[in-house]
Amino acid sequence: MAEVLVYVDHVDGAVRKPTLELLTLARRLGDPVALALGAGAENTAGVLAEHGAVKVLTSDAPEYADFLVVPKVDALQAAHELVSPVAVLVPSSAEGKEIAARLAVRIESGIITDAVDLEAGTEGPVATQAAFAASFTTKSRITKGTPVITVKPNSAPVEAAPAAGAVEALAVSFSDTATGTKVLSRTPRESTGRPELTEAAIVVSGGRGVNGAENFAIIEALADSLGAAVGASRAAVDAGWYPHSNQVGQTGKSVSPQLYIANGISGAIQHRAGMQTSKTIVAVNKDAEAPIFDLVDYGIVGDLFQVVPQLTDEVNTRKG
Amino acid sequence: MSLRIVVCVKYVPDATGDRHFADDLTVDRDDVDGLLSELDEYAVEQALQIADEADDAEITVLTVGGEDAKDALRKALSMGADKAVHVEDDDLHGSDVMATSLVLAKAVEKTGYDLVICGMASTDGTMAVLPAILAERLNIPQVTLLSEVKVEDGTVTGRRDGDSASEQLQASLPALVSVTDQSGEARYPSFKGIMAAKKKPVESLDLEDLELEAGEVGLAGSWTQVDSATQRPARTAGTIVKDEGEGGKQLAEYLASQKFI
Ligand SMILES: Cc1cc2nc3c(=O)[nH]c(=O)nc-3n(C[C@H](O)[C@H](O)[C@H](O)COP(=O)(O)OP(=O)(O)OC[C@H]3O[C@@H](n4cnc5c(N)ncnc54)[C@H](O)[C@@H]3O)c2cc1C
Ligand SMILES: Cc1cc2nc3c(=O)[nH]c(=O)nc-3n(C[C@H](O)[C@H](O)[C@H](O)COP(=O)(O)OP(=O)(O)OC[C@H]3O[C@@H](n4cnc5c(N)ncnc54)[C@H](O)[C@@H]3O)c2cc1C
Repeated sequence: MAEVLVYVDHVDGAVRKPTLELLTLARRLGDPVALALGAGAENTAGVLAEHGAVKVLTSDAPEYADFLVVPKVDALQAAHELVSPVAVLVPSSAEGKEIAARLAVRIESGIITDAVDLEAGTEGPVATQAAFAASFTTKSRITKGTPVITVKPNSAPVEAAPAAGAVEALAVSFSDTATGTKVLSRTPRESTGRPELTEAAIVVSGGRGVNGAENFAIIEALADSLGAAVGASRAAVDAGWYPHSNQVGQTGKSVSPQLYIANGISGAIQHRAGMQTSKTIVAVNKDAEAPIFDLVDYGIVGDLFQVVPQLTDEVNTRKG
Repeated sequence: MSLRIVVCVKYVPDATGDRHFADDLTVDRDDVDGLLSELDEYAVEQALQIADEADDAEITVLTVGGEDAKDALRKALSMGADKAVHVEDDDLHGSDVMATSLVLAKAVEKTGYDLVICGMASTDGTMAVLPAILAERLNIPQVTLLSEVKVEDGTVTGRRDGDSASEQLQASLPALVSVTDQSGEARYPSFKGIMAAKKKPVESLDLEDLELEAGEVGLAGSWTQVDSATQRPARTAGTIVKDEGEGGKQLAEYLASQKFI
């Protein structure tokens, strides 16, 4: 059967959920062959095999951490040569997209980014994308080369599908440009213990209406009662109330959870661009005319300082 | 020696307008007002700041787009860029990112550069991959998605705030940089800037000038094909309740009914 190359996003061997979703989509097109790079690459094999990887290619070298993007492109290109896949799938993270992009140039292939669904077609994989702040849905194909497609988190279910997952070391020779951009230092982001924003099933967000950094405690308390991630609008981020890494929207994270709760957020087009594909949308806003109410499944016109703590108490009580 | 900066800017349909696709499934650019992609204003701003720090620098703004795209160049010139290059050709219609980047690479090479600066993403296609592709085509280092950038003694350094870490990056010139909207608010053009922009040179290039064939660009030269574009149905009107003191409880009831609690 045809093979599909899947780029693995992992942290020291712990595979992140979007990669497991990619394996689900990959199986619609052929047999998934996974590529894991860097420290802990071999430790990814178990979980990848459980989710359908017939083979796991691994490579570890200091270059992957010491230089930006290009060494990983060299490895993906080597894997592409070895496997001759019918498609290359990469998670739609900022780095994932750049890796996919440079690979596409090298193998003279078209690229589709931020697919939200993927199916096999008679002329190759058909990707669904959300365009113009998710107000349009498009279906596209790649007409030249090996389709290179990046896929957004939460685009497919994670499904067990045990396969061999035979580990094989991949030989990679680094290109002249591999060492072009040095990583001088890296400061890991502190973990909050909450779910990853882009992967979370529920996201609770706060905007300008939260009115102060200290008040974000109200938003966090609701998030914790629901086991949710915390998001913020750009207005809240620009005011310094919450970190930019939690920004939802065009220039922040794009999220697609089962449930999105917007508190004190008006619903500007750039914010909608990052959350409009959420399955269920709820908003609390004191202005009945706020555009966010055009999107909601359920909205409360009211003061978030009243509504949100009451909701949190009620959730905690019901959980008992 | 002069530092030659080329800033790539895109002319895009206004996001607050009614954006849609034309019959050939390309973006309808006639029905909606266009403007300089707001995220590219940050690229122009960083170019201006880098030029201010350099002994001698020249900023060229470059766009690939139709006749109207000159507006984007004028805006960038009125902010303070020195000159502009406009690549315009009927055969460019419908170019995907591979075709667009090919044209940009040729135009950047023809213009001459030490540093190429891009925005983090366009506000229409929002792929955020053109900078990496352009760097690959030009065979120069990419120092992308920077929230802080500095150019000194032939090297560029910058901070990239990623998903799991914040990184300090460095590369030697020539290099390609892309900047985020965290890099610093873009300046407004002054009246003087707007008047001065009218006299600044805008060079027009077509495919022949760039030694490209029609078949290498546009719909013909694109490696992706859009088969359908459908407007998402408006969400069915949701339930909206005014808080009379029990709003939080009502919301909890709703969340429970949807099995979220
Ligand atoms: C290029 C560009 C990129 C952008 N990228 C993003 C992005 O990624 N993400 C993003 O979010 N924005 C982005 N923006 C900004 C966007 O245009 C809006 O300015 C922003 O989303 C507004 O945030 P907000 O809804 O929190 O604030 P506002 O629009 O000021 O809305 C605040 C809301 O809170 C309500 N409110 C106030 N007090 C209370 C209360 N006590 N109880 C209940 N409700 C209350 C008000 O009624 C109002 O509706 C971008 C803009 C540009 C130009
Ligand atoms: C809704 C939509 C979906 C699309 N999907 C795809 C797809 O899946 N695959 C594909 O190959 N193409 C796609 N395209 C086409 C693609 O957007 C264009 O080819 C485009 O010029 C490059 O991508 P981008 O605008 O998304 O740029 P991004 O990668 O988001 O732009 C980053 C930066 O590149 C520079 N830049 C981009 N375009 C230009 C330009 N014309 N002139 C000067 N500088 C520029 C700017 O500095 C910009 O800030 C899509 C377009 C639209 C409108």
